[in-house]
Amino acid sequence: MRILLALLQKEFLQIFRNRTMLPLIFVMPLVQLIILVNAATMDMKNISITVADMDLSSTSRLLINKLEASPFFKLEELSINKEDAIDRLQDNKTDVVIFIPNKLEADVNREGIGKMQIITDAIDASKAQLSFGYLSNMIRELNLSIAINQQSLPNLNQIKSEALYWFNPELNYKYYMLPAIMAILVTIIGMFLSALNLVREKEVGTAEQINVTPIRKSHFIIGKLVPFLIIGLLELTLALLVAKILYDLPVNGSLLVLYTFAFIYLVAVLGIGLLISTKSQTQQQVMMLSFFFLLVFVLLSGAFTSVDNMPYIAQKLNRLNPLYYFMNVIRMVLIKGAGFSDVFLEIRSTLVIAIISVSLAVFSYRKTT
Amino acid sequence: MIEFKNIHKSFEDVHAVDDVSLRIEEGELFGFIGPDGAGKTTLFRMLNSLLIPDEGQINLFGLDPVKEYKKVRQIIGYMPGKFSLYYDLSIEENLQFFATVFGTTIEENYHLIEDIYKQIEPFKKRPAGKLSGGMKQKLALSCALIHKPRLLLLDEPTTGVDAVSRREFWEMLQKLKEKGITIVVSTPYMDEAGLCDRVALMQNGKIHAVAPPSEIVSQFSDPLYTIKVKNNYKSLQALRQWEFCENVYPFGETLHYLDKRNNVSADVIEAYLSSQQLTFDKVEMIQPDIEDCFIALTHNVG
Repeated sequence: MRILLALLQKEFLQIFRNRTMLPLIFVMPLVQLIILVNAATMDMKNISITVADMDLSSTSRLLINKLEASPFFKLEELSINKEDAIDRLQDNKTDVVIFIPNKLEADVNREGIGKMQIITDAIDASKAQLSFGYLSNMIRELNLSIAINQQSLPNLNQIKSEALYWFNPELNYKYYMLPAIMAILVTIIGMFLSALNLVREKEVGTAEQINVTPIRKSHFIIGKLVPFLIIGLLELTLALLVAKILYDLPVNGSLLVLYTFAFIYLVAVLGIGLLISTKSQTQQQVMMLSFFFLLVFVLLSGAFTSVDNMPYIAQKLNRLNPLYYFMNVIRMVLIKGAGFSDVFLEIRSTLVIAIISVSLAVFSYRKTT
Repeated sequence: MIEFKNIHKSFEDVHAVDDVSLRIEEGELFGFIGPDGAGKTTLFRMLNSLLIPDEGQINLFGLDPVKEYKKVRQIIGYMPGKFSLYYDLSIEENLQFFATVFGTTIEENYHLIEDIYKQIEPFKKRPAGKLSGGMKQKLALSCALIHKPRLLLLDEPTTGVDAVSRREFWEMLQKLKEKGITIVVSTPYMDEAGLCDRVALMQNGKIHAVAPPSEIVSQFSDPLYTIKVKNNYKSLQALRQWEFCENVYPFGETLHYLDKRNNVSADVIEAYLSSQQLTFDKVEMIQPDIEDCFIALTHNVG
């Protein structure tokens, strides 16, 4: 026990003396939460739209008024020439081109049907689809008002549905992204700092001196684990505070559930980090390996994209991905107000990963060669 | 008593330690002398349980470093060749840490390190990374001694340390020896060999001789000449081509020359040099030192 305390004291002394690491630990969450949350937004706003109106009728005017009133679109230029509008699309100056042909209104009135064209820049497929969706809604409304104006449809028999957005009624995308950024932050602290720390002892040569002492392997690994576990939890607290103050992030569930899970989660990623460093000889190797795992963990976890849309194999792989569980738990607890029973499966799986990774780290740390 | 029995260790295709057998008595100051790559560090790392021999047995005060490594680590004070204390911890913190790790306190064994530690104590708040080479070495020695080891294992402790600090360091070792600690030290410096009770000359993983330094020198029976010449390189070439030349090598600013004949005199050598149109200052017979012995021993093998 005295040995363990001496190890912990040593680690904390070293961490607090590290003039580059310490500011990083506390500045990183601020920067990430302020910049990345806003940058990673998927809210569709300010889609730039160019209308080539050849009709110049009251119907086309009505559509343009609707576009101008919509918060989603920014009407960039009213061109009367289709070619000009297409050029703007080519030059990345606009995202969507609407082409309203000559005699649209006349066709509607005379033949009951008129045609117009919507062209979107589909490099960003989801943006293109969303734009088209919004526009289709708008045109459906337009059709309805035309029909009402003309009184041509006396009986509108139709099914009306009403959408309720539970848990996030304002569809605030930040409430989705914030927990994800927090989870990634905690992962970086856990995996990188511990792994770099351990391999540094090898690189500098202090491991050689430690190895001839009676320090037990498990004590040594625990000595590396506990400080970063505490820092990871502090990091989470800091991130929660920043999110609450800057973005008024809801905390609907119990923080006890979140912290219990975060504790187990940190043990798991710290274990993975330490395992990486026991297998590496230099800090460079640790960086490369950690980045590899971090990238895979983050992209699979559902931080930015829905896991349900991923291929079957990716979904299966996520069972080994601790960040996937953390992503679920942090969103469920904060936004949905989940309790212990709701996240039982996640806790159990992460616990298994934690036990395996730490045991492997202890096992594969070699004092003798 | 420490005993190596037929120790072998290879790294891939390099035979780092090749059939080493020797005995070190308790309380001895024993030196392993040899150039870089001789296998000294490998041998040390097998003795302190960090490396497992491919073949052979080590007996360390009745302990087997392979099986009883836990006990071995308690009784050894090891100072690796590269400074390996925590750069970002102060002198005091490093010492405190190693004392605690070995289950002891600074106070308990202060008498052992007092002489050494006193010299660096005024700087005890300074981080170890900011110390001079000599101070680092004293701190490392203090940390290796703090748990009162039976065996002090010093791997090239004087490499990269100035001449004054080196002499001081050897004086410290003598004092520690008087306190009954067995000391095993390795060094590439031949002049330090004379300060050991016994030395083992080592090269290419093999031990060439084990004896007190005076005995090694006295066993050197062949006449040795020192030759002071104007052009070392040309003379070296010329002497090497001489049919009676046993060995010739640069030694500081002079050349050392060994002849195949036992009764050769300085005049004969001078005559040869003159016949080769080489100008020389002096040729005289000298007493060999340990370095000459080392070169002679390894030359015969090579």
